[in-house]
Amino acid sequence: MKTVALALTPPQTIGPFFHGLVRARLNVLVSPQTLGDRIRIDGVVLDGKRDPVSDAMVEIWQANAAGRYRHPADTREVPLDPAFTGFGRAATDDEGRFWFETIRPGRVPFTGRIEQAPHINVMVFARGLLHHLCTRLYFPDDPLTEADPVLNLVPASRRGTLIAARVPSAAVPSYRFDIILQGEGETVFFEV
Amino acid sequence: MTLRRSKRDPEFPPYLYEAYRATVLRSPRQPPVTIPTTLSEVTGPGPALVGILPEDSDLTTNMGTGQPAMGERIIVTGRVLDEHGQGQPRTLVEIWQANAAGRYRHRKDQHNAPLDPNFLGYGRCLTDETGTYRFTTIRPGAYPWENHPNAWRPSHIHFSLFGPSWTSRLVTQMYFPGDPLQPLDPILNAIPTEAARQRLIARYDHTVTQPAWALGFRFDIVLRGPEATPFEEPEPIAAERR
Repeated sequence: MKTVALALTPPQTIGPFFHGLVRARLNVLVSPQTLGDRIRIDGVVLDGKRDPVSDAMVEIWQANAAGRYRHPADTREVPLDPAFTGFGRAATDDEGRFWFETIRPGRVPFTGRIEQAPHINVMVFARGLLHHLCTRLYFPDDPLTEADPVLNLVPASRRGTLIAARVPSAAVPSYRFDIILQGEGETVFFEV
Repeated sequence: MTLRRSKRDPEFPPYLYEAYRATVLRSPRQPPVTIPTTLSEVTGPGPALVGILPEDSDLTTNMGTGQPAMGERIIVTGRVLDEHGQGQPRTLVEIWQANAAGRYRHRKDQHNAPLDPNFLGYGRCLTDETGTYRFTTIRPGAYPWENHPNAWRPSHIHFSLFGPSWTSRLVTQMYFPGDPLQPLDPILNAIPTEAARQRLIARYDHTVTQPAWALGFRFDIVLRGPEATPFEEPEPIAAERR
């Protein structure tokens, strides 16, 4: 068992005035050189009354198209893409909307030989959130999603909140991923 | 209604803290689902983030007008550590704050206090090899907010840190010693113990203070490590079959 030597610094709300953190195009993770299939993610953050949360910040972190994270802890023999960091950040607008342009991530391992379904790690920060919220976006059209070992830790009735909806007839494959902070249809948040 | 706090740390604020009104409609009501730390959690964007310029850490000049920001100049420095006391090098630290008069440079801040044309209110830096960060800025003013009658936020600086993994991501606030508004602030008081609240209050440090130039404050930050998440619940799938 691990000994905790130092007490952790407690979190606080990001407040409503963080927008200087959200520099231009931080929500566009791709450049012309980035490898992989382009996708777009659109969503809205809603509160317990279904009102838009207009002062939220959403961050994403994902593997590249080959399934490799740009991080020293990912030591697998899977190529890094020099044109992809995997990190994105967006602020919601007055209607609570956010969007990202990125690539479909590859598979990353769980334990043993089990793989996780392609997914995007998501964090939500906002006024009124004394600690940020962690969730995941899964793809409805991926054959691994249904068997994903993390998704299967979630009660079946709530799994749907983590599976984005394919938006039909978009030029780039597009997915809708709404984040409901509270109440009916509340998004599943993770203790990570 | 029950207050729920993270089972990860009993000293963390609960999601629902009714005295801080914005939590009432925004706090999740379902308990978070504990998941194991996979490669998705032990990695994180911190090491991938670069492109910080030295001038980004001086909020008294980074507005770029050539004129210094108004107010009481301060130096805020400290170490970013993990739970074992190891300094965390190359950690992106971003800060943002109100100006000396208590006004943010933000279109939604309608507080009737002057904007300082020479103060942007945002800064960032990377920690050095010992995990030390350092900012030059001005002491932010207190400002009113609409949470409750005569509500004023104590002076504070917002901090965002990435740390080495997705699990070590932290957004918090630094407060100043001796501020009489702190016992009245529901955001600070949402932290359940006095000891934990004190961890957000910087210390005046005379060794950081520079003669005839700036007062010095020290604020150390301890981040969770990726190994810290216990996974106690039985796995409903045969994750370990070989």
